[in-house]
Amino acid sequence: MPANSFNNFTEYGIGIGLRVPHYRHILSQKPVVDWFEIISENFMVDGGRPLEVLDSILEQYRVVQHGVAMYFGSADRLSREHLKKLKRLVKRTKTPWLSDHLCWGSVDGRYTHDLLPMPYTFAAAKATADNIREARDFLEVPICVENVSSYAEFHASEMTEWEFLSEVVERADCGILLDVNNIYVSSQNHNFDPYDYLNNVPPDRVGQIHIAGHSKFEKYILDTHDHPVLDPVWKMYAHAVKLVGRTATLLEWDDSIPTFDEVHNEALKANQFVEKLENAPA
Amino acid sequence: MKRSKPISSSKSLKTPRLDVRSRAELKALQSLMATAVFRPLTAQDGMQPRWIDGGKTSDLASTFIKPNDRLTSFDRLEIYNRVYWFRVLDCLYDDYPGLRAILGERKFMKLITAYLAKYPSASFTLRNLGSRLETFLRDEPRWVAPRPELALDMIRFEWAQVVAFDDGARPAITPDDILDARPEKLRLGLQPYLSLLELNYEVDEFLVAVKKSESAVLRSEASNTFEAMPHASGPEKRIRLPKRKRIHLAVHRHDNMLYYKRLDPEGFVILTALREGASVEDACLRGLSSTKRIGIDWSEEIKDYFNNWASLGWFCRFSKK
Repeated sequence: MPANSFNNFTEYGIGIGLRVPHYRHILSQKPVVDWFEIISENFMVDGGRPLEVLDSILEQYRVVQHGVAMYFGSADRLSREHLKKLKRLVKRTKTPWLSDHLCWGSVDGRYTHDLLPMPYTFAAAKATADNIREARDFLEVPICVENVSSYAEFHASEMTEWEFLSEVVERADCGILLDVNNIYVSSQNHNFDPYDYLNNVPPDRVGQIHIAGHSKFEKYILDTHDHPVLDPVWKMYAHAVKLVGRTATLLEWDDSIPTFDEVHNEALKANQFVEKLENAPA
Repeated sequence: MKRSKPISSSKSLKTPRLDVRSRAELKALQSLMATAVFRPLTAQDGMQPRWIDGGKTSDLASTFIKPNDRLTSFDRLEIYNRVYWFRVLDCLYDDYPGLRAILGERKFMKLITAYLAKYPSASFTLRNLGSRLETFLRDEPRWVAPRPELALDMIRFEWAQVVAFDDGARPAITPDDILDARPEKLRLGLQPYLSLLELNYEVDEFLVAVKKSESAVLRSEASNTFEAMPHASGPEKRIRLPKRKRIHLAVHRHDNMLYYKRLDPEGFVILTALREGASVEDACLRGLSSTKRIGIDWSEEIKDYFNNWASLGWFCRFSKK
């Protein structure tokens, strides 16, 4: 189950996000890391230091691309210019699969730089799936879509978020990047049981898992990626691994970033859940 | 830029809640929400209580966003409105430390808020967020009064650094490549990452002083998390503003490090002419016809210019594009 067509039949283990404060450490110390996830848009440039760093990383590490601005859920058609730039990067990194979010974020060429929630309707699912298919056909690489954390729900919705996610990935025939922290955050903001979510997504489509930390405010939880992973999220991760098996897992830490070792050690905690699963009696 | 037609809050109250049963209806909902997200925050960093038509924003929000047991529809929409503004203001705050130092924090925040209200981000990357700041200030110099010229110089200089950081590079031409070329025929291209600036203030030295005092770290990564609204954390330490003096700068990179280099006026004219497509001979003639300096061996000087520029990798094949 873990190595599937959605992650190009790879078994990548535990990775972390490649972030600027760690560049020097990684390039000089060359720590052993299963893989790095890069934010595609940071490297969709024409030259300079970002591409130099990326090339050095690619010489020594496996890299997977993760996007934040494809906006599969936008009613507008995907930007061909954006896809071309992305494809140039795909060729450079040889990413075995590519992920982006199940969300929208731009209208008529204006960008919010945010991952805005979808109305969970059949029409929205169809439009989103069409966009994903178009991207996959153009980029010629498997695509996994990631569930986002959200702070609003729409009156227009006709189904739950997990039903919507399933509808989209079945229609698009693509994979899922299952973000267990995002499920937890949304479950707290929208009063649903996160295990209902986990139990109802198609496990055979999960190509990758994300874990991260979040911040609690008085009336809602925000996905801030600036903390270690919290216990409820680790518990959900353990449950997710039971359902989908050993799957490429990535820790996101994007703000108040500590040392490389601290981030890496936090990510490696995921191994204990995988090992527990594998040592469990059949 | 095409803008979606604002939806009237009073009208929408009388109509059913927004449905999404087609791509067109999805577009309508997204346009409405984007309009709300792009509207500037109040002075208290909240969402504006009145919609574009004067109706209540809370009425409008309730037509498409569900409330829950803790938050109203307005509250939930406001989270996205705040996140957008915190993120984009934070980005420009980091990208324009020189302009911020010239204007002071409060004036700077007002300026970039007005700018982003008029020109919301039009690029998938935050890297391009300031790309229309110069145009905005040429149209509305009141935001930088009484120092519009200085502010414009700094904006051009700071934008040139964005370009130098990651714009494309083409294969560099070495002196050997053009050894046998005839100057009257030879055209040279300049690297896309190289900006040539004629400025009225010594903004280069000023920016070095600003960065030293701030230990500023340039933003170089997009992120989908956000921090709090950037505000002044204490009394501003003002650095003496730059002197009025005509300078010529090349903003470029070498070994992927960012540099700015002062140019002689003649060198600036020659490079500008090359960029415009003049032959090497014509460019040199233009440079020399502009000079006010006497007693210089110009053949040696020009040879030094070209050797230096070539060693920095500034030349590439000329292309009409």
